Amino acid sequence: MMKTGAQILWECVEREGVTHVFGYPGGAILPAYDALKHSKIHHVLVRHEQGATHMADGYARASGQVGVAVATSGPGATNMVTGIATAMLDSSPIVCITGQVGSKLIGSDAFQETDITGITLPITKHNYLVTHADELARTMREAFYVARSGRPGPVLIDITKDAQQSSCEFDWEAAKPQLPGYRPDLSPDQKEYEKALELIHSSKRPVILLGHGVIVSGAMREVRDLAERGGIPVALTLLGLGALPASHPLNLGMMGMHGEAWVNHTIQEADLLIALGMRFDDRVTGSLKTYATNAKKIHVEIDPAEINKNVKVDVALVGDLREVLNAMLPAIESIDRSEWLDFIDRLKGDSAVRDIQNLPDSGHLYAAHVINDLWREARGSNTVVVTDVGQHQMWEAQYYKHEEPRSLITSGGLGTMGFALPAAIGAKVARPEAEVWVVVGDGGFQMTMCELATMVQEKLKINIAIINNGFLGMVRQWQEFFYERNYQATPLLNPDFAKVAEAYGIRNATVTERSQVVPAVQMARQHQGPVLINFKVEQEDTVYPMVAAGAALHEMIRRPSPIVETAADE
Amino acid sequence: MLNTFVVYVENKPGVLTRVASLFRRRAFNIDSLTVGRTEKPEVSRMTITVDADRDQARRIEANLYKLVNVLLVENITTVPAIVRDLAMIKVAATHEARSHVLELAGVFRARVVDVAPESLIIEITGGEDKIDGLLEVLRPYGVLEMVRTGIVAMRRGNKPSSALSTSETLEQPEVDDDLSQSV
Repeated sequence: MMKTGAQILWECVEREGVTHVFGYPGGAILPAYDALKHSKIHHVLVRHEQGATHMADGYARASGQVGVAVATSGPGATNMVTGIATAMLDSSPIVCITGQVGSKLIGSDAFQETDITGITLPITKHNYLVTHADELARTMREAFYVARSGRPGPVLIDITKDAQQSSCEFDWEAAKPQLPGYRPDLSPDQKEYEKALELIHSSKRPVILLGHGVIVSGAMREVRDLAERGGIPVALTLLGLGALPASHPLNLGMMGMHGEAWVNHTIQEADLLIALGMRFDDRVTGSLKTYATNAKKIHVEIDPAEINKNVKVDVALVGDLREVLNAMLPAIESIDRSEWLDFIDRLKGDSAVRDIQNLPDSGHLYAAHVINDLWREARGSNTVVVTDVGQHQMWEAQYYKHEEPRSLITSGGLGTMGFALPAAIGAKVARPEAEVWVVVGDGGFQMTMCELATMVQEKLKINIAIINNGFLGMVRQWQEFFYERNYQATPLLNPDFAKVAEAYGIRNATVTERSQVVPAVQMARQHQGPVLINFKVEQEDTVYPMVAAGAALHEMIRRPSPIVETAADE
Repeated sequence: MLNTFVVYVENKPGVLTRVASLFRRRAFNIDSLTVGRTEKPEVSRMTITVDADRDQARRIEANLYKLVNVLLVENITTVPAIVRDLAMIKVAATHEARSHVLELAGVFRARVVDVAPESLIIEITGGEDKIDGLLEVLRPYGVLEMVRTGIVAMRRGNKPSSALSTSETLEQPEVDDDLSQSV
C-alpha cells in the first residue's frame, strides 16, 4: 500500500511497540508532525530537545523498552547531543529521529542544516541518513533492533524533508533488517567456562562486582543465585543499585569513589573479582596500578571491546550475562566462606557510627537526613527515584536503600547535570502507576527546569525534591579538598523555587529543619498533582568517604570521627 | 609493533568516516589506510596498519566489530601474507645522472613512467622496505616529489577470507612471489 515517508515513520514506531514519543517540531520535521494526526502515538511536547532525549532515556531505563525522541534539523538536532551521549555511556536504548533539509539542499549550508549524522557519529551506536521514503521502513526496523539488542545504545535517524513527503509502497514484512556485519549474540568458549569455575571454586575471598548489565540483561535472579550458592559478597556500581536488594545479607553496597570504606577494602583484599556487566570505570577502580592487585579477575560482559580495556582479566566470558550465568550455575558448588564474610563484617568497624545519620537532631538539615527520611516514607516496590548529578546523587546512592531493579535512574557514565527532571518525566510516562521522585541539586535543576511545563501539560504526578545547598556542591567539595577552598564560580544565587513552582501551578513546600522533612514528604505523596519541595540543607556539607581521582581505592578520605557539625554550628 | 588489519566493510556512504573516526576517538594512530573495491560489489576492503601492542590490537579488532557496517576483521600481522605498497617518485635526472637513475630503477624492478628533460617519474610496487630502499638510493639525485598509496595486503595460500568467501575459491599452488627482500 502506498504511503508517505511521514506515515511510514509513525507506523514503524507503532509496530515497534512504542506508545509515547518526546519531541519538538520545526521546519524540516513538519511533514512527520502533520502525519502524527492519523497515528495512535501520543506525542509529549518538550521545552528543549535535550529534555526529549533524557525523557526517551528515562522511559527506556524505567521500562526496558526503546524510548523515542523527535527533533527538527539544525539546532533541534544539535540540542539532542548531550542526551544522546548520556544514553551512549549508560547503554540506554533510544531512537532519535531528526528532520533534515531536502536531499537536494544537503551540503549547501541551507537554513537549519547541520550534519547531525557526522556530529553524532562517535556518540551513537549507529546512525542513518535517510534520503528516500523507500529506505525508511527497513532503516526504522534496523534502528530499533540495533538500539535494543546486544549492548543497547542510542541510534539516530536523520530523515530529509523530501523523504518524509514522498510516497512509496510500504511493506513492513518485506522491510527486514539487513545487517550482515552486526553480531550482538556472542557466546563464550566452553574452555572459558571451565577456567571461570575453577577460579570461583578455588577462591577463598571472592567478591562479585555487579553492574548495570545485570539489569539490562535481566539477570537479577541468576546473580543472586550465584552469590547465595557460593557465599559470595556483592559490591554494586552506581548503575547496578537495585539489581540485588539492599537488604540482602550479601549486598555490601556501592563501590568506588563514594562507596563505603568496607566495600572498597573488600575489593582490595579479595583474591577473586567476578565482574558482571560492569566496565571497570575509573570511578569504581581508582588508580589501576593499585587496583585489586592480589585478585584474579573474571569478566562477564556482552561487549568484547570492554575486555582488558582498563583492567586486565584472567577469564573473559563474552556474552549475554543471563545466558552465561545460567550455563554456569548448575556447576557452581556451594562453599562455606563464612571466614571471609566475617572478615568483611569486621571491616565495617566504626563506619556505621561515623555515619551522619547518627548525628542527633540539632535542628540543622543535612542532605543525608532528607534522603534517609524520603527512603523511609516513600520506599516501596513501585517507587522510582531519578537523580541528577553531584553530591545529592551520591548521598541518594548511599542512603536510599534500593530493593528493586529500575528503581534508581541516574546518569552514571556521562554525569549529565539536568538529567533528572526530564528523565523522570520519561519514567513516569513509561510507568504511570509508579511513584516517581526527582532528587536533584539546585544547580542541575536549573539546567532543565523548563521541563516543569512539560510535566504540568502532561498532567504527570511527579514529586521533586530539590537538595538546595546554594552551591554547585560537588565542585565545591573538590575545591575544598584539592583547590584550597578557593570557591570560584560555585556559590549560586537561586530563584525562590517556591515561586517558580507557583508560576507553573505546582504545589510546593520549603523545608529548613529535619522535623519538617517527613510531613513534607507525606504531603507530596498524598497530593494528587505534582509537588516540589525545596530542602534548604547545610551549605558546606561533604560526601564521605571519597577516593580522590587517581588515588588508590583503599586510600579514602574518611568521615571525620567524631562527626563535627559544620562551621555554621560553631 | 606495526599491526596490519584487513577489514571488510559494507560498501556504503560514510563507512570510511566511521572507521577513521573510531581510530581517532580511541586514540589509536593509523599509520596507513587504504580502501578499495573487492570481488563483490557490496563489499569494500580496507587495509589498515596501526602501531599497537597485542592487547591494543585485540581491542582495535573488537572495536571495529562494534561498527555495524564492518563485516569482517582479520589481523594478518603474524600470518603469511603479501603486502604491497605503490610509490611514484619524481627524481631530478639531468643528462649525467639519468643513466645512473635508470640503472637503479632497474635493480629495484621499478618502472619509469614519465620522462622529462630534467626529471623522471619512477613507479615502484613492493613491500615498504623495498620502496624505502629505492628512495634512499635516489635521494642523492634529488627527490622532487613522492607519493605512496599505503599498503594493501592479502593472506597467502588458498585460505579464503572466511565469512565472505564463496565456495568457488580456486585451488592455487603457493608461489613465493614476494621479491621485496630480494634486492
